[in-house]
Amino acid sequence: MRKRLSPRWAAVAGVTALSLTLAACGSSGPSDQASGASTGGSGSGGKGQIWVITDASLNPLQKKSAETFNKATKSGVSLTVSDFANDPYKQKLQTAIGSDNQPDIFYNWGGGNLKQYVDAGQVADLTAALDAAPDFKDKLIPSVLGVGTIDGKVYGLPMQGVQPVMLFGNSDTLAAAGVDGTPATWDDLLSDVKKLKAAKKTPFALAGSQGWTELMWLEYLLDREGGAEVFQKIVGGDKTAWNDPAVIEALTKIQELVDAGAFGTNYSSVGYDDQGTLALLAGGKAGFELMGSWEVSALAGSFPDFAKSDKLVYGTFPTVPDGKGDPKAIVGNPSNFYSVTEKSKVKDGATEYLTSTLASDDYVQGLLDIGQVPAIKGLEDKVKVGDYADFNAFTYGLVADAPSFTQSWDQALDAATSQTLLTNLQKVFLKQMTPQDFAAAMAAA
Amino acid sequence: MSLNARATGRPGVVWAVPALLFFGIFALLPMVIVVALSFTDWSGIGSPTFNGLDNWAHLADDSQLLPSFRLTLLLSVASWVVQTAVALPLGVWAAAAGRSRATLSAIFFVPLLMSSAAIAILWGLLLDPNFGLASVLGPLVGVPDGNFIGNPDLAIWVCIAVISWQFVPFHVLLYQGATRRIPDSLYEAARLDGATKVQRFRNITVPQLRNTIITSSVLMLVGSLTYFEIILILTGGGPGTATTVLPLHMYLEGFSSFDMGYASVIATLLLVLGTGLSVFVTRVTGYNRMDSQLEGL
Repeated sequence: MRKRLSPRWAAVAGVTALSLTLAACGSSGPSDQASGASTGGSGSGGKGQIWVITDASLNPLQKKSAETFNKATKSGVSLTVSDFANDPYKQKLQTAIGSDNQPDIFYNWGGGNLKQYVDAGQVADLTAALDAAPDFKDKLIPSVLGVGTIDGKVYGLPMQGVQPVMLFGNSDTLAAAGVDGTPATWDDLLSDVKKLKAAKKTPFALAGSQGWTELMWLEYLLDREGGAEVFQKIVGGDKTAWNDPAVIEALTKIQELVDAGAFGTNYSSVGYDDQGTLALLAGGKAGFELMGSWEVSALAGSFPDFAKSDKLVYGTFPTVPDGKGDPKAIVGNPSNFYSVTEKSKVKDGATEYLTSTLASDDYVQGLLDIGQVPAIKGLEDKVKVGDYADFNAFTYGLVADAPSFTQSWDQALDAATSQTLLTNLQKVFLKQMTPQDFAAAMAAA
Repeated sequence: MSLNARATGRPGVVWAVPALLFFGIFALLPMVIVVALSFTDWSGIGSPTFNGLDNWAHLADDSQLLPSFRLTLLLSVASWVVQTAVALPLGVWAAAAGRSRATLSAIFFVPLLMSSAAIAILWGLLLDPNFGLASVLGPLVGVPDGNFIGNPDLAIWVCIAVISWQFVPFHVLLYQGATRRIPDSLYEAARLDGATKVQRFRNITVPQLRNTIITSSVLMLVGSLTYFEIILILTGGGPGTATTVLPLHMYLEGFSSFDMGYASVIATLLLVLGTGLSVFVTRVTGYNRMDSQLEGL
């Protein structure tokens, strides 16, 4: 075998180049087309990417609105929508923001979640654009817009329905167990648990493998026990507020529910993202589920017959004895938000999309059609028609009458505290941790 | 290119350049960066800022460190025992000729073709306590409510079982190939001496597979030390922290709490542990001496 120098070096170089290229291909994600394509400057066209959470009902509306914008805009900007599953989305966003692979518009939760990106200088200030579009600005509900406002500047615009957490039920299952609608008081709730258990049903479907579904119970119970100000102290940085007697009482009630079998025995194996609890509720195996208002669009995607039938009932979280909180107070996500990245190459086009779309008749109606009430003023009449008229009117009234709307804790707190909170709360639900230990651990976190 | 290489026509050191470059850029460089990051405060956005030994000091007050370390040990040892106990006999069995063996082997290899994510999602659906296979099979094995991945005592064993299901085929493949390489003359001689099937397996097959057993063991032990994809998707480390193995703890610190600095500390620990373990295993077993198993044949 004879070899000369030059072909061998050429081969070495070739193989090296090839393997490096292959590796480069392997390491880049599907988001390449996102920013790689956004080469044009503002006003001179270019492609932009909108990142959202996977939602079978909402995604088609988001895609349609982007297409409508692409046809109508004079900026030459063309936007496309990419959707990602909930939990991986947050991780993907965190690593993509500020990189060459970042989206131009991104879905977020406002509050503490958005603040970290703002603090890092990665989010465009939309205040001026909003002032330049007074018709749009006037339509937004101020308290909801406030969650997208940080240090007096607007960074996020509400892009979907208000999402209070509420009780959902399957009226067939409830009737069979002799339960009449959603419980009004804590005692009602406890007696409903007994009745449903006697009827061999899971009283409350709970997706315990995902900590945030358990968090809703703590959010509401603390609000009812001690009022909205306890968590306001915590989110304001006062960690001693975790030791508030109301926190202990709320956690004690949670463990009482666990002991009473309110969630069945296998709840910690059940997931929400894989429709585990939706199937329990729609399939008649569980009586109730505590969930955000997006439950209706989630059900509409997976179990449309159930979602549109009269079997789906809903109500407010019950009162607790001697509670200091206002029974009309609600928790949940005031809305979700769209923000524009600071270094987006199509910043003006992206901003124009937001101000021209989010309060437009088509978009608002599209949301109402899938059972979501947008954070837009003056919808009293509009919520009364359509497939989800009753539910939309209920949601609209719930939010309008609420003295406080506490943002989901895992969105309001910073990422590290949220992670600790969710893990510890899972342990409380598993009875691996006492309420006192939980409070001490969170005060030290 | 060395003179020697030119004279003999054997590949010289330049032939190693692509592999070395690849290894340098995609293995060594990230390791160096991880060690550097362990001395910084970084959330993933913006630039890392140097914070000295803060992250390393945090090791002392991380209450999750020891439980995670114990779980990782359990996972490594149990995976090794389970996978070897299944893969070795299956590989030897699959090495023999026969159409039914070939057909069954092909079926056994199916998990090898699936991505970890697909396997985890598949098993996640199977293990749904209300609608999955778990609701049917659970009562038969003493878990009447199908609560496998939600039970803190069972969850880690479920993870071990699923991970084994994924990797056993790969090790079967190793053992199958190695068994086929054993010269028939050894078995013929043993048969003439009147050795039984069991004796032939113990005294010929296993000693001849020695190096394969070591290779496969190192891959399993070091592999499970850093493995977490299936656990992440299947249980997310839960319920509570029942399946938060060390690499998953690292991942959650990095990508849920966005504390890249401390995550890098754990990554550095894993790097040292993994390297130490593989060096230890090869030393103890004498694998590094590269002895031939076929001397005199």
